[in-house]
Amino acid sequence: MSVVIIDYGSGNLHSAAKAFERAAREAELDCPVIVSSDPAVVAKAERIVLPGVGAYADCRRGLDSVAGMVEALQKRVHEDGRPFMGICVGMQLMATRGLEHTTSYGLDWIHGDVKAIEPQDPALKIPHMGWNTLSLAKPHPLLDGIPTGPDGLHAYFVHSYALAPTDPGDVIATTDYGGPVTAIVGRDNLVGAQFHPEKSQALGLKLIANFLRWRP
Amino acid sequence: MLKVRLIPCLDVKDGRVVKGVQFLDLVDAGDPVEAAKAYDAAGADELCFLDITASHEARGILLDVVRRTAEACFMPLTVGGGVRTVEDIRNLLLAGADKVSINTAAVKNPDFVREASEKFGNQCIVVAIDAKKVSGEGEGPRWEIFTHGGRNPTGIDAIAFARQVTELGAGELLVTSMDRDGTKGGYDLALVRAIADAVSVPVIASGGVGNLDHLVDGVSKGHASAVLAASIFHFGTHTISEAKGYMAKAGLRMRLDEPAHP
Repeated sequence: MSVVIIDYGSGNLHSAAKAFERAAREAELDCPVIVSSDPAVVAKAERIVLPGVGAYADCRRGLDSVAGMVEALQKRVHEDGRPFMGICVGMQLMATRGLEHTTSYGLDWIHGDVKAIEPQDPALKIPHMGWNTLSLAKPHPLLDGIPTGPDGLHAYFVHSYALAPTDPGDVIATTDYGGPVTAIVGRDNLVGAQFHPEKSQALGLKLIANFLRWRP
Repeated sequence: MLKVRLIPCLDVKDGRVVKGVQFLDLVDAGDPVEAAKAYDAAGADELCFLDITASHEARGILLDVVRRTAEACFMPLTVGGGVRTVEDIRNLLLAGADKVSINTAAVKNPDFVREASEKFGNQCIVVAIDAKKVSGEGEGPRWEIFTHGGRNPTGIDAIAFARQVTELGAGELLVTSMDRDGTKGGYDLALVRAIADAVSVPVIASGGVGNLDHLVDGVSKGHASAVLAASIFHFGTHTISEAKGYMAKAGLRMRLDEPAHP
């Protein structure tokens, strides 16, 4: 078993890799963590993680600039059904479109657009930055053993845009920020977290371990 | 519900913590990585490194400290001090910082904020605003931006500057009162509130914390989204969990999760 974290120039992946290594070690899973920008490695990956920080269009451009990467992802994730996790903008790239500054196209795995968060309470600040709890929309193996709800564990968010899936059935969990904001999406072998599991201490390490064990 | 963030700040000089973290049973109280790990385990919501190294040549040491901290701590890390160029920001982010705070460079050239946030996203660009009250008795309150640790006045109005850098793309503002810094007399609540109410991005209150009520006031009276403190934690006056418990009792929404570390 191994997991490949895709490096496409979107920031530092060292701490993400360390968090995956630690989650694997604590869960006693033999799961090497590979950070790679090579589509050939992605095409053979057992598990795939797509991180992403910054602007949507930049991340999409970054992904496109690695020749063969989108094709390798489409094949390995969509056709071969390997477990996939998107993180932050990596999660947003699973959507049909991103509407940040300009319209950019995502991978269209989860139908819907990524739109600006507009909290009903104007006193709420944007970006939504900091620790927030999750509300479970439907049970999912990635949240096994993780307390959710107002008294549950916290996840670290930092974002101004959020994915609104066309099919509400694709929403696994939301968080409350002047109304529900999509926190986790998923379908079949796909899952995406708007927050940063690699920065989310106890909740993050559990979620990562659950992903490494997940057999969709 | 989003929680109020409590952020300990470590002053780092030439790769060492200035004044040291004295309450924890650390093998090396001057090692920023050890201090960071201890705060991570104690349940801090984020960590801030302020690099006060005088020479620009010593940046490599800081990058190494950031790299080792990011490997050991799974919590957000903000690094500031001496950030002058896009290359400085890139290096810090690649070393593992989640956010970079810009101070003098933003005052000298506000467009640097736009350049940085366009390149790296506004979520990782913090503008640190150091301000002093300049209005006299009986006048309406007015604060001015100061640089170089509060020594150099700039003539720039702090509230106008806060609005300007937010429009240019700052994702967060770290507001320090140079009148209060080091006094233990509490934040300049009027300053923090004036800025927090003027901008749409989160504001971190900083400068002057001497007791736990000051932290509470920063949020309830200063309207800050996060509160930063240094010496009350480093010298063991209070622990992180004590502070968070106190703030929760005062009615603030705090994250009280069991830490991931044993």
